Amino acid sequence: MARVELQEVSKSFGPGAAAVDRVSLSLYDGEILALLGPSGCGKTTTLRLIAGFEWPDHGRILIDGRVVAGDGHWVSPERRGVGMVFQDYPLFPHRTVRQNVAFGLHRLSKKEAARRVDELLEQVGLTPYADRYPHQLSGGQQQRVAIAQALAPRPSVILLDEPFSNLDAALRQELRLQVRELLKANRTSAILVSHDQKEAFTLADRIAVMRQGRIEQIGMAYELYSRPRTRFVAEFLGHTAVLEGVFQEEKKGVLTDLGVVPCAGALAASGEHVTVSLRPDSLVVDPHGPFRGAVESVVHEGDRVELAVRLPCGAGSITLRTYAPPDLVVRPGDTLAFAIVPDRVAVIS
Amino acid sequence: MRRPRLGYRPPLPLVAAAVIVALSAALPLVYLVIRAAEAGGPAVWQLVSRPRTLQLLCNTLLLALAVSSSATVIAVPTAWLLVRTDLPWKPFWSVATVVPLTIPSLVGGYAFVAALGSGGIVHQWLSRWGIGFSGVYGAWGAWLVLTLLSYPYVLLPVRSTLQSLDPAVEEAAMSLGRSPAGVFWHVTLPALRPAIASGALLVSLYTLSDFAAVSLLQFDSFTRAIYVQYQASFNRSHAAVLGLVLVALTTLLLGVDSRLRGNKRLDRTGPGGKRKAALVKLGKWRWLAVIALGLLVLAAVGLPVGVSAAWLVRGLAHGERVVVDLGIAANSFLVSLGAAALTAIAALPVALLAARYPSRLSRIIERASYIGYALPGIVVALSLVFFGARAGGLLYQTIAMLLFAYLVLFLPQAVGAISANLALASPNLENVARSLGYTPWRVFWRVTLPLITPGVISAGALVFLTAMKELPATLLLSPIGFRTLTTSLWGAVSEAFYARAAAPALLLVGISSLSLFILLRNEGMRR
Repeated sequence: MARVELQEVSKSFGPGAAAVDRVSLSLYDGEILALLGPSGCGKTTTLRLIAGFEWPDHGRILIDGRVVAGDGHWVSPERRGVGMVFQDYPLFPHRTVRQNVAFGLHRLSKKEAARRVDELLEQVGLTPYADRYPHQLSGGQQQRVAIAQALAPRPSVILLDEPFSNLDAALRQELRLQVRELLKANRTSAILVSHDQKEAFTLADRIAVMRQGRIEQIGMAYELYSRPRTRFVAEFLGHTAVLEGVFQEEKKGVLTDLGVVPCAGALAASGEHVTVSLRPDSLVVDPHGPFRGAVESVVHEGDRVELAVRLPCGAGSITLRTYAPPDLVVRPGDTLAFAIVPDRVAVIS
Repeated sequence: MRRPRLGYRPPLPLVAAAVIVALSAALPLVYLVIRAAEAGGPAVWQLVSRPRTLQLLCNTLLLALAVSSSATVIAVPTAWLLVRTDLPWKPFWSVATVVPLTIPSLVGGYAFVAALGSGGIVHQWLSRWGIGFSGVYGAWGAWLVLTLLSYPYVLLPVRSTLQSLDPAVEEAAMSLGRSPAGVFWHVTLPALRPAIASGALLVSLYTLSDFAAVSLLQFDSFTRAIYVQYQASFNRSHAAVLGLVLVALTTLLLGVDSRLRGNKRLDRTGPGGKRKAALVKLGKWRWLAVIALGLLVLAAVGLPVGVSAAWLVRGLAHGERVVVDLGIAANSFLVSLGAAALTAIAALPVALLAARYPSRLSRIIERASYIGYALPGIVVALSLVFFGARAGGLLYQTIAMLLFAYLVLFLPQAVGAISANLALASPNLENVARSLGYTPWRVFWRVTLPLITPGVISAGALVFLTAMKELPATLLLSPIGFRTLTTSLWGAVSEAFYARAAAPALLLVGISSLSLFILLRNEGMRR
């Protein structure tokens, strides 16, 4: 059974485009789902609708099979059993770490609450800081307290609203992995809101890409990356070069200004106008490859070389990025030959 | 990013409480309109178009214009001296030039009359040598006193704008061949214009609403005329109409002010890479500057305090009863305490609703709670006297009515103080508490209230201190025989018992300094 289910949920703030537009999605038991999209795409509003901080205009929201909003039902936030972690990780300034974590345990006996708090502080590695006040902690520590606080009452679902965006980059990556472990250890289902594809890829099992209030595509990370269904998804999830063309069944490829781009699997009808997305890993350096281009820049990254190559394309030219093994000796201005890996080309109809 | 907010509907009791407060705040104005309307359109027009009304309008507007111009003329050079020059003892002058804010106009007016009025210090000297002198009253006195007390309202915004101004623009102008004076006139002054305008508007508002100084100096402005009308005649419609014309004026000024504030960003420069402007070397002029500032502070602060102190000493020497009556002090204290508690509690639902549940209704409620800003004390008092005499027979001439007037007048500052505090506390804290299983009611007690306690306390303290200084409402609405510091000071000055007024005057200055201190701390909190 789905932990959380949204059915055709819409919400708008005043006239104009809806903030959330007919969104449907399901969160399964123990799963971590990321809502990924640029700012203003409606992902945070979706989260607030689930938590009960906003009312949907249309549609239904179910938590553990119970309708919490829609159809004339309304369950207030405190009765939804949903934990929430905010971007600004608000903590109660006049309470210690221990008291903050215990805040949601008011229904437990003192002893039980203390045991639960100790357990959580251990898990987030903050046992030595139990009696400090929030202002005596670093940003990363405060965020861990906020997560422990939300996890304490064992909510069936926890909602994370850009939880790491106020932290510096190094800390962010470390904390993402910690939080994933923590959620999995507690067998907690979670929905994460993020505008950072790396964050979504690290933390989530499934990702829903949102744009202008609607879900563009939902699926596993690799699926979205390699088989984007829209140009927006392709461009949002990492570097890509997008070309228009006509699918040609007999050539097993798409005829573009660049030439025929081969692709695996017939996803379109012959003669159909399609878009292809070329990622850096769609290209390989191959002396016998059919594509030739001038190297524009070479960046040695240690374990590999990142190349930018300019290829003639129709009347003009196009710059594609690719990676090569670190032993490749090449300089800007050199001419290189490439092949395109059919399996790694995404065709968007 | 959108401002975080609570998206669910506000609890009904909160809305109900806020609506009641908003209606209370609107009551005096609404009742005044009703009273004026009862007289009928033609009668109102006849009253408005009377030569007497027009003359009052002229007097009041001219005074406001004169005071705001002279305040600007004092404030702009002072601000420049404080920010851009190597003036000696700058920290001292920075504080001293703002101190006139702590002199209530009642005390300023008293000091002027006690020095230059009939029976005042100068009068006594002159009559000792047999020179006839009837005292200085009227327009000149009112202009001088109000200018000296209100110029800091221009000085403060101009000073902070000067501090935030990027000197690079001025340096560029200079490198293009402009003289320093030309740069000031063509570059610096235009940049200061918004600050000057908003300060001058505040000064005009202060002048329009002032009752104490103009009355003591017997200058015929609206507030005094309303009071005289109220005391002398039974034609109450006339007083009501005068009150409404005055409110129309203050509303107009506030409207202009809020439009100016809308453009405030224009005069701010971006952060980063900004340097301090090089200080202008005053050279031998520095001593002239020091003397000028010294005279200013002496006139604005030294004189009121000095004159009060002189009369206190004189009174002591003549064995007069100069000590503040304990009963009167207790009256002031208790009634102000009541006003503080009432207003802070009433402000709470309004501020909460506005900050946490933004909607059209909550905006209307918040605006209504600010009506008191546009209402001079005398107008609120007048309306409530009418209301009490007709509708609230039981409430007429009771402390409850006086407290109600304070509520209307001081609600804006209380809402402001609590809102400043609420803006600091993330609403997500309340959301977290909700998602951890707390009901709205428990969230209020366990989370919101502890967070905004400092704001509620400072709102109460501000109202307490302002109520202590309030004159016109206290004068009109106090029950018979109920005297406070301000009304006893007023009474003593009216009867020319200057020595008796000295102690309450000094006490009021002290109270006023405290309230300024709290206000400045609140400002700091908001930043």
